[in-house]
Amino acid sequence: MNDGILIGLETAFAGYNIFMVVVGCFAGTIIGMLPGLGPMSAIALMIPITYGFDPASAMILMAGVYYGAIFGGSTSSILINAPGVAGTVSSSFDGYPMAQRGEAGKALAIAAYASFSGGTIAAIFLLVAAPQLAKVSLSFHSADYFALMCVGLLSIAAFASKGQFLKAMIMTCFGLALATVGQDSLSDITRFAFGNINLMDGISFVLLVMATFAMSEAFMIIFKKTDINFKASDVSKKKLGSIKLSKAEIKEMVPVIGRTSILGFLVGVLPGAGATIASFLAWGFERGIASAKDKLKFGKGSIKGLTAPETANNAACTGSFVPLLTLGIPGSGTTAVMLGALLSFGIQPGPRLYVDQPELFWAVIVSMYIGNVVLLVLNLPLIPYIARILAVPKNILVPLVLFFSVTGVYLISFNNFDIYFMAIVALISLVLRTMNFPMPPLILGFILGGMLEENLRRALLINDGSFSFMIDRPISLGLFIVMILIVLMQVYQIIKNRQTNSRDELT
Amino acid sequence: MKNIYKKIISTLVISAALSTSAVAIEKLHFVIPGGAGGGWDGTARGTGEALLKSGLLEQASFENMSGGGGGKALAWLIRTQPENTVMVQSTPIVLRSIGRRASYVSTDAKSGVFSYKDVTPIAGIIGDFGAIVVLSDSPYQTFADLVAAYNADPKSVKMAGGSTRGSMDHLIGALAFQAAGANPNDVVYIPYDGGGKAMAGLLSGETQVLSTGLSEAVGLGGQVRILGITADERSADFPSIPTLKEQGVDAYFVNWRGFFGAPGMDAMDRYELGKMLTELQTTPEWEVVRKRNGWVNILNTGDDFIAFLEKQTEEMTVLMKQLGVIK
Repeated sequence: MNDGILIGLETAFAGYNIFMVVVGCFAGTIIGMLPGLGPMSAIALMIPITYGFDPASAMILMAGVYYGAIFGGSTSSILINAPGVAGTVSSSFDGYPMAQRGEAGKALAIAAYASFSGGTIAAIFLLVAAPQLAKVSLSFHSADYFALMCVGLLSIAAFASKGQFLKAMIMTCFGLALATVGQDSLSDITRFAFGNINLMDGISFVLLVMATFAMSEAFMIIFKKTDINFKASDVSKKKLGSIKLSKAEIKEMVPVIGRTSILGFLVGVLPGAGATIASFLAWGFERGIASAKDKLKFGKGSIKGLTAPETANNAACTGSFVPLLTLGIPGSGTTAVMLGALLSFGIQPGPRLYVDQPELFWAVIVSMYIGNVVLLVLNLPLIPYIARILAVPKNILVPLVLFFSVTGVYLISFNNFDIYFMAIVALISLVLRTMNFPMPPLILGFILGGMLEENLRRALLINDGSFSFMIDRPISLGLFIVMILIVLMQVYQIIKNRQTNSRDELT
Repeated sequence: MKNIYKKIISTLVISAALSTSAVAIEKLHFVIPGGAGGGWDGTARGTGEALLKSGLLEQASFENMSGGGGGKALAWLIRTQPENTVMVQSTPIVLRSIGRRASYVSTDAKSGVFSYKDVTPIAGIIGDFGAIVVLSDSPYQTFADLVAAYNADPKSVKMAGGSTRGSMDHLIGALAFQAAGANPNDVVYIPYDGGGKAMAGLLSGETQVLSTGLSEAVGLGGQVRILGITADERSADFPSIPTLKEQGVDAYFVNWRGFFGAPGMDAMDRYELGKMLTELQTTPEWEVVRKRNGWVNILNTGDDFIAFLEKQTEEMTVLMKQLGVIK
């Protein structure tokens, strides 16, 4: 194996391949930054271009685009509340409030450092144990995925504080309901499409997130007229673009990175999960273990709350190479496209890949270290300039946000119906937001809803209609116990808070 | 360092050379009705690759549009009528229109159920036999072992497939069990969203058997054992894989794959595409892709293809009635 790693090092550090890493990372960052564009279509477009390349070079390029897009994807989440990739939705929870506070540069820098650390730590795991991790990939059954999604759903608790519990629950259920629209993937029955062919395909994620986050945010700014003349006058441009982190802030980030990179990586290794689930879990997990004081900051611009999903989504992205390379199983659309590319080079990924093609296997992994360094070097100097987007007067910025969200949605389906539908959803969410209904639980319910249902129904089919898998499968049982503990902790804290509050009232 | 420049320059030269050669159809967009990594995906990308490498096509793009077992892409093709676009399809387009699946039922009352008649059949190019797959350390050595276990307890054999109930993966498995004298209606079929996830389901041990195509099954290499394929003779490319027929199970099923254009496609374009795909099968580049995937060339263009589709519709209607999938 060590010989293989050496060959991999040699291949990855060949001048031509370093060039590939740089190109891939640069293209990925740009693709990730633009809302609506994802790494999957970009990589699919690259297949004909990479024809004629050495397979290792082609994979290094494509991998660079993939993790580069996740790296750059946080930018639009943080600056304009428009997550372009599902994996960066939870980065907007704390990133956008930070940017609104005038700390856009700092938020982008935190995202960059977290992404870098998550990607690099995960690459180390890959290098040390990629072939062995194949077993982890296959350890999860449908029942366990169902349990994992349930744990993920618990992060809505974060939005349930201060009398918001019922509203957060309503929005989650709304999201779960929206996920059922369209053709059912198990029995092929159309649900809630009302005979409309445009709804038979289901509601697209990008549409929903652009409408509820970016578009409704833009509408909110328009309706709050006082905000229109906000030109960063109360916040100096210098502060907006500053990427300096204090020692205390770095100290706050380090343990979060340590924990969430492991969590993110392990979730990424599972073929049925991925960067999106990883980032939600990491955000919920960090909030769960934070002190009562820190907990209140989550969702309002917490450094931990931004570090966690940004570390986890990059670690998960790297982790998803385990099932791809060691089993030949694609866990996500993007890795499936890469599998197709590998096959078109006549390379069959699987348990023998690292034995038969060590130069390719290890070179791709080694290139991820180089790639993460390249991304950091590429992104950090740009941050002060990108952050100044927020200094653009709102009467220019708002139309730009609207333009990007509409084109982003249109480019996916090329369907006018989606634009009308998006405007309606944005108006509904505007009304809901003015009534203080939180939007993140809606998106969370929507993303997890489809996977929750599919895995539960499959688990029931496999278990002949019995729910016994919840106890019989150790992983499911473990996850359900974790879930119960989280709920109990939450209840305990609420009771404790009430007691202290009533005591305060007495004194 | 010299090597880098050499490589960069050669890439530039190749792309420049490609962009100047004159062909009738320069670029083609392949719409894949299923998720990446599945059989449709392999066919479209493999065809695209061979077309590019043999110089018959300058530019190819691919788009995965999964949903409703192909109904989404079909409806999209009918709705948007895009130019320079072909959709890869296979036996399901026939099966689904017979089964009147919701996704293939048009909202326009006049057209009723979508089928191959609503789009422009261009050519059928390959066939792939069905394969019954178990893990390499599975106790089932032959298909008879599996049937014996199934007859003893139908619930002990869970069969994974990459698409919905009533889809081809389901039918291949059911047909094999029926041909072996077992009741196919008791087969517990576990649907997954895509071939890749169904493979993961088998490898993780959550299902005991996988019903899929031979080309997808051979991709799993030594991790699995293929108990039998639904062909009359062993494949020349994989002579070690037994057929079901030689085990006394007379189950024959070939899943053709081919390309369709938008409704009302220009007759000239249709002819040119058919010609291009016919020419393709004579190139060495195609042979590489074909062999790698274990495909069998079954070329059918133009009106022959339509006649073939009509025949299959008749045969499948009988088969599906036998299986109780339709009444």
